[in-house]
Amino acid sequence: MSGALNGNEFFLDPSRCIGCQACVQACGECGTHRGQPMIHLEYVHRSTGVQTAPVVCMHCEDPTCARVCPADAIKQDDHGVVHSAAKPRCVACSNCVIACPFGVPKMKVELDLMMKCDMCYDRTSVGKKPMCATVCPSGALYYGPRNYIEKYRCEQPLNEFQFGRQTVRTKVNMMVSPELKALPFEVLDFLPWEGKDFDPFELTRTGAPDAASGAIWDDLPVSSNAASTPCATHCTCHEPTSV
Amino acid sequence: MATLTQSEETYIRLYGPKPAYEPAGGWNNAEPDKLVKTHCCFCGVQCGIQLKVKDNKVIGFEPWEEFPVNQGKLCPKGVKRYLQNDHPDRLVAPLIRTSEGFTATNWYEAMTETVKGIRSVQDKYGRDAFAFLGGASMTNEKAYLNGKFARIALQTANIDYNGRLCMVAAGSANRMAFGVDRAANPWSDIPLAKVIILSGTNLGECFPILTDYVWRARDAGAKIIVIDPRITPIARTADLFLPVRPGRDSALANGILHVMIERGWTDEKFIAEHTNDFDKVRELVKKYTPEFTEKITGVPAKSIIAAAEMWGPAETSMLLHARGIEHHTKGTENVLTYINLVLATGRIGRPGCGYGTITGQGNGQGGREHGQRCNQLPGGRDISKPEHREFIAEFWGVPEPELPKQGLTACEIIDAIERGEIKGLLSISFNPLVSIPDSERTRKALEKLEFFACIDFFLSETARYADVVFAGSLQEEDEGTVTTGEGRCVRLRNSVTPAGDARVDWWIICELARRLGKEKWFPYSKSEEIFTELAAASRGGPIDYSGMTYEKIEANMGIFWPCPAPDHPGTPRLFEGGKFHHPDGRAKFHAYEYRRPAEDVDSEFPIFFTTGRVVSQYLSGTQTRRIGGLVDQYPEPLCEMHPLLAEKLGIKDRDIVKVTTRRGEITVPAQVVKSIRPDTVFIPYHWPGKKAANRVTIRALDPISKIPEFKVCACRVEKVTDSFVQPKSQANPLTIR
Repeated sequence: MSGALNGNEFFLDPSRCIGCQACVQACGECGTHRGQPMIHLEYVHRSTGVQTAPVVCMHCEDPTCARVCPADAIKQDDHGVVHSAAKPRCVACSNCVIACPFGVPKMKVELDLMMKCDMCYDRTSVGKKPMCATVCPSGALYYGPRNYIEKYRCEQPLNEFQFGRQTVRTKVNMMVSPELKALPFEVLDFLPWEGKDFDPFELTRTGAPDAASGAIWDDLPVSSNAASTPCATHCTCHEPTSV
Repeated sequence: MATLTQSEETYIRLYGPKPAYEPAGGWNNAEPDKLVKTHCCFCGVQCGIQLKVKDNKVIGFEPWEEFPVNQGKLCPKGVKRYLQNDHPDRLVAPLIRTSEGFTATNWYEAMTETVKGIRSVQDKYGRDAFAFLGGASMTNEKAYLNGKFARIALQTANIDYNGRLCMVAAGSANRMAFGVDRAANPWSDIPLAKVIILSGTNLGECFPILTDYVWRARDAGAKIIVIDPRITPIARTADLFLPVRPGRDSALANGILHVMIERGWTDEKFIAEHTNDFDKVRELVKKYTPEFTEKITGVPAKSIIAAAEMWGPAETSMLLHARGIEHHTKGTENVLTYINLVLATGRIGRPGCGYGTITGQGNGQGGREHGQRCNQLPGGRDISKPEHREFIAEFWGVPEPELPKQGLTACEIIDAIERGEIKGLLSISFNPLVSIPDSERTRKALEKLEFFACIDFFLSETARYADVVFAGSLQEEDEGTVTTGEGRCVRLRNSVTPAGDARVDWWIICELARRLGKEKWFPYSKSEEIFTELAAASRGGPIDYSGMTYEKIEANMGIFWPCPAPDHPGTPRLFEGGKFHHPDGRAKFHAYEYRRPAEDVDSEFPIFFTTGRVVSQYLSGTQTRRIGGLVDQYPEPLCEMHPLLAEKLGIKDRDIVKVTTRRGEITVPAQVVKSIRPDTVFIPYHWPGKKAANRVTIRALDPISKIPEFKVCACRVEKVTDSFVQPKSQANPLTIR
């Protein structure tokens, strides 16, 4: 089941995600996706940082979504790809939406149909890459041979997850860093004194360093070109060749 | 007088911007008639892309994985770029101004009216009273043609382009330091670097494709240093983040160099053999101790030392920067002080060692090479140098004295219109009302024009003020070349013919020249003839394309200039062997003392204001505000501010806030985030009118390059009303409750 499509596998690395949404925009362009993006990309928590998390279907070996489907609408193909619900069978009950441990399937109310990432089977079955992993500019979504990942990436692929007593093995690999460290996201941590007692209006106080008052840095020249007095067109204060 | 005659709503109803979407239910697997290998119409990466064409319409894309630069990768703009084609807002015929907006007209009428307008202004006020504004989203062919048209057909000195708002500070610094204006290395050198400095570049959003290059370097063990007032997506995973206070970049670079010199991390042999003026820099940076530098820049002394410790002894390194250090009244000085960091280590002109500015516009590089700048003639020649003037005058077959002298730069042209000195304007692919700082002044200037003509494919906010609007061509409707941010000249292919009665831009320019009686200088029947001429015109110049042909560019998936002979393979990496392009073959250090921005914070305006881009929008948004998926991704400007500042001002996330500067005010929702310095607020600039960040920015120019200071001015921020929308839960969604 872990056998791949032409030896290619899908690797997901949220630590590389730049949140650009190229994957989301491209997913909707895939021929069989009816114009619907089926990949989810969210800020983890924008207030605290810019970390985003792309979510594709993990294509479980024993897909919970299919097991809970009362209409037997979710099928897994010979490649191990778990497909969107079959339109003639889907009763739009949302069991799969609730049951999926990764939060992947979404009920498309307007279509009365559950749709989810199908690893672009129309593309992958003919030797192309999934649309999202083709366009992803940061390598957060990668589709290709495992030996590339092993050779070039410092993170390691993982495809076994524990949810309570349920062990879930997936076709898609999640990249994890062997040297896990908390990624910094708060700008205060990078300011002098880690931002302790940082005053955003510091520079406007009289005598502040590098303020409009210039108190401490009187030896620094003030900008010679305030808004009202830009250099003349053919100024003589600079080499003409350097415009 | 060019005042608006219709309401905003009417212009939008008739001409947009209206967001276009793919058909409901997708494209239904329509088999395209053809796949055209071309490039994205947006930023300076110029990603390879295959456009799907059916019935003379672009109906989608297919990744072009063989193109070596992006290998099929795209950002969201590239994915949806095809939706600009067959767009409901598309101008399909020339428009002429009436007392009630515009009426569609024929080409004869539009040309006649324009020739009349040009003659009327020039006869009355002189040739230079009619200006030309070009753009850096256009092909090399058009950049060349614009310059030639202005000098020969209009005979005006006042031609410049919107690249003046973008990377010209880097251009002038590159010429001053290296003697040539081009990124020193191909991007394929980035993954070979052991240390990378990214200064003032929101790489993940503005140049997303290079993210993979940077992270391939990181995978191979490279350390990444990011310098920015905001934790941008690329900063999130940096090894070292320096949250520089806006407007303090040159001080920071001087501070890093101070530590490098103190620790002996300079390449004295390289400095002695290949550079000039290091002694002046050595002397200058003596006082930039980490503590002194911390006080100016707001970056901790220990981080300044850490940056020097990473950069100084590195085996290989790349320094990349963008508008963050360039958009300043000392933009050129900022770039030069950063270049000092490169030259001092001697790490340039080798694999994995070098330097580059990240070019923002589609043809930001090529657009600044072929003569559409006020100070430049084709081949990167200098309009003030007698031997350069003579070469081009002879090449064009005009007497040298008739070749106009250096004119005004883009912002200065708008200033001169405002002062009443320039009375007429022809503008192509430029939306100054949105993109030039202090936009209310830009609006007043446009209203003063006696005659104004525009060439564009959509009616931009600026074009609403025009007397004549020529329906020009989209990128995919014409043939041509562009030169990417790494100096690679690539080939654009036409996929479809211009919509309706629209025409390709170069035909419009040539026809106008013919109507002005200058036909013999503009005899082209296709873009390739223009390219052949511009390549010949560049022979022997600082920017030499003379060995390039369309065929050769296509066969090699792009050629790097200089390429001075037919059998020359092009030059991906400059300065190999420490050979620079100044006459003495040496690079030049520049010692620049830090000086303050034109407008610093004070008790009245105590907060720094800065601006920039978001990933789903491009420049003034003329294209991207018309593409549904991109509009939905970031529908309106937000004011980013730190919770520490927000709390002091009594502002909560999504409250409506007013940002006021000495120029004006803008009212937008707040986005309270911990990823920005607490003394700074940020609003992206892609929107017009009341949503324009450039209502509040300052039109203060770098004296050397004339780039405006977009990246720093002083503002105050106050709450207007509570949020209109239910705020999203502030609790971490990953927390189980």
